[in-house]
Amino acid sequence: MHELDAEKARAIYYDLVRVRRIEEEIKKRYPLQEMRCPVHLSIGQESPAVAISHAINKTDYMMSGHRSHSHYLAKGGDLRKFICELYGRADGCSKGQGGSMHLIDLSVDFLGATSIVGGTVPIAVGAAFSSKLQNENRVTVSCIGDAVVEEGVFHESMNFAAVNDLPVIFFCENNFYSIYTPLPQRQPARPLTDLAKAHGVKAVSIDSSNVFKTYMMLDSLVAEARRDKKPLFLELFTYRYVEHCGPHEDDNLQYRPDSELEEWKAKEPILVAQNHLKEAGIWDQAWSDQIEKRIEEEIHEAFDYAINCPYPPIENLGSYTYAK
Amino acid sequence: MQNNTSTREITYIEAIREATYQVLESEPKSFLMGLGVSDPKGCFGTTTNLHESFPGRVFETPVSENTLTGVCLGSAITGLRPILVHLRIDFTMYAMDQMINNMAKWRSMFGGQVNVPMVVRMVIGMGWGQGNQHSQNLQSFFAHVPGIKVIVPATAYDMKGMLISAMKDNNPVIILEHRWLQFTKSIVPEEMYEVPIGKCNVLTEGSDITIVSWGQVLIETLKANEFLKENGVSAEIIDLRSLTPLDMPAIKRSVQKTGKLLVVDSSWKTGGFAGEIIARVCEDPDIMLDTMTQRLCYPDFPVPSSPGHANHYYIRSTHIFDKVSNMLEKELDKSGVLAQEEGRLLDAPDQNFIGPF
Ligand SMILES: Cc1ncc(C[n+]2csc(CCOP(=O)(O)OP(=O)(O)O)c2C)c(N)n1
Ligand SMILES: [Mg+2]
Repeated sequence: MHELDAEKARAIYYDLVRVRRIEEEIKKRYPLQEMRCPVHLSIGQESPAVAISHAINKTDYMMSGHRSHSHYLAKGGDLRKFICELYGRADGCSKGQGGSMHLIDLSVDFLGATSIVGGTVPIAVGAAFSSKLQNENRVTVSCIGDAVVEEGVFHESMNFAAVNDLPVIFFCENNFYSIYTPLPQRQPARPLTDLAKAHGVKAVSIDSSNVFKTYMMLDSLVAEARRDKKPLFLELFTYRYVEHCGPHEDDNLQYRPDSELEEWKAKEPILVAQNHLKEAGIWDQAWSDQIEKRIEEEIHEAFDYAINCPYPPIENLGSYTYAK
Repeated sequence: MQNNTSTREITYIEAIREATYQVLESEPKSFLMGLGVSDPKGCFGTTTNLHESFPGRVFETPVSENTLTGVCLGSAITGLRPILVHLRIDFTMYAMDQMINNMAKWRSMFGGQVNVPMVVRMVIGMGWGQGNQHSQNLQSFFAHVPGIKVIVPATAYDMKGMLISAMKDNNPVIILEHRWLQFTKSIVPEEMYEVPIGKCNVLTEGSDITIVSWGQVLIETLKANEFLKENGVSAEIIDLRSLTPLDMPAIKRSVQKTGKLLVVDSSWKTGGFAGEIIARVCEDPDIMLDTMTQRLCYPDFPVPSSPGHANHYYIRSTHIFDKVSNMLEKELDKSGVLAQEEGRLLDAPDQNFIGPF
C-alpha cells in the first residue's frame, strides 16, 4: 500500500466535510416544506462514498439507490443541480422529474440512482459489460445497501458479472438496518462477503470510520479489479445518524441499541479524520476554518439558486416520455 | 348495510388494523408478513403492535418481494391464510412472476384442485415528490389477469369489511390502498362484518349522469358533486370498490337510466381500467347506442416529482365538474368549486402532511 500524500489527504477531508455540511443543510431546511420529496440522508455514512470516489477515476461509472446523495456528490455531481432537484426546479439534475431518489450527472459518469431496492444493480452490470465490449478501461461502481442482497436480482447480477468477468464493484454500505429492521431479523448470522464468495467473487470488508485508511484499501482493490477485469464485492461498515427517510433523529423509537449508536458516534468519521490529519502533521486549523467557510458559501449559493429557480415549465410535462 | 347503532368514527388506517386484528384472532391459520409490519411505524400504523398480540404470526421479512409472494402461495396451498403487505405497489413489480404466473393460475392450471386463499395489500403513493417509482397506480396489470380479485376500498368502513371478506375468500385478493385515503375517517362498527367483493356501491342516486369512480379520485368526485348539486345537476355516483369481479349489472342499470357515463380513474388512460368499463357499456346490446361515454384519467406519462407539476397532473374536483358540465352541455356556475380549490397544492393530502413518505 502506498503512502497517503498530504494533498490527497486534504482533498479527501474536504469532500468528507462538504458532503456532511450539504446534508446538514438539507436536514435543517427540510422542515420548511419546500423540498417536497422523500430524502434519505447520508449523514454519518459519507466516508465510503468519499473514499471510493477518490479511488476511482472521473470516467468510471457509478450508480446508486435511494440513499444516493453522498455518492452523487462525492463522484462530482453538480451541487446546484442537486439542490434544484430536491426543490423540484427546472434546473434540477433530472429536470425536476426525479426528486431526491433519482439523481444523475452524466458529465461525471454518474449514470443514475433509483428508488427500488436493488433496481440499479443489473444496470450497473450492464454498464460494465458495455465498457468491456467497447474496450474501455472503466470500472463501474454499483452502490447498494445491506438489504439489496436480499433481492434475487442481486444474486443474478453477481452471477452474470462473475461468469462474464465484468469490472463491476458491488459497493455495499452495511449500516446494519433496512429502515427499522436490523440485519439479524432479515439475514442469518454470516458475513455478507460470504455471499460474494459463493458467487466466485472476491470480497473484502472494511470499517469505513477512517476515511483515509478506507481510501488506501479501496485504491489498491479498485486497481486490481481494473487490471484483472473482474467483479469485486466490497462491504463498508458504516452508520446512519438520522432517520431512514426524512430530516429527524429517530432514536427515541428505540429500534437501535443506545450502545450501538454511542459506539459509532465515538468513531465519528469527521473527528477520526481530523485526528488522523493531526497525527500525520497535516492538520491546520486555519485551513480547516477556511474550507468550512468556502463550503458554507458554496452551499448557500446553491440553495439560493434553487429557491429562485422556477418550477419546470408546464410545456415540459410528458415531453420526456419518448425519444424523437 | 351500515350498522346504524354504531357512531364510532375511525381512520382508514385504524380500520385496517382492527380488521387484521380480528382476522388474526378468529382465524388461527392466518398470518401477516411484510417489510415493516412489526417495526415502530407498523406499515403506516396499519399493523402497529400486532406482533405482540400474535407472536410468530406477525413478522418482519427480508426485502425479497418475489420470494415473499411465493412463500405466501406455498403456505396458502398447504392450509394457511396469509396476508402480505407492501408499502408501495411499485415494489411488487419484483413479484410479478409469482403473482401472475403462479398465484393467479394455481387453481386453473391444476384443474381446480387447489385454492389459493391469500391477501396481498399494496399501497399506492401520490404527491410529495413520490414520482416515477413511488406513485404508480398499476391496478390494470392485476385486473387484467384472470384468477386474481382486485379490490379498491375507498372508505374506512369498506376497508374493514372488504379486508374481512378478502380473508374469507378462497381466491387471491389484491387490496389496493391509496396512501391519501389512509387519513380519511368514517363510521365503522367494532364487530366483524363483511362488505362483499364484486359489488359496487351506489353512493348517490341521480338521473342526469352516471359517474363511476373508485379509490382516491372518488373523494374528488364526491367533492365535485357537492357543487354539481348546487347547480341542480343530478349525478348518480357509483363507487366501484372492486375492479375484478366487475359489477357490470349495477353500472348498466345506472347508465340505462341516465344515458351518460363518466369514469374517473386515477391511472393512465392507455390500456387502463376506465376503458374497460366504457367498452363493456358500448358493447352491451341493451344499452342505447347514443349513450355518451367519457373518461378522466391521468395523462399518459410518468408522474413527475416536482411539486410544480402536481397541480397539472392529478385529477381534482374542478376537472370532474368541468367534464360533467361539458357532457351535459350546460353552463354551470363554477365559482363554488373554484373557490374550494383555491390555493390547493395537489402534492399533499392536506396541510398536516409534511412528508417525507
Ligand atoms: C423493491 C423495494 N422494496 C422495498 C422498498 C422500501 N425501501 C426503501 S429503502 C429500504 C431499505 C433498504 O435498506 P438498505 O439497502 O440497507 O439501505 P439503507 O436505507 O440502509 O441505506 C426499503 C426496504 C423499496 N424501495 N424497494
Ligand atoms: Mg442498510
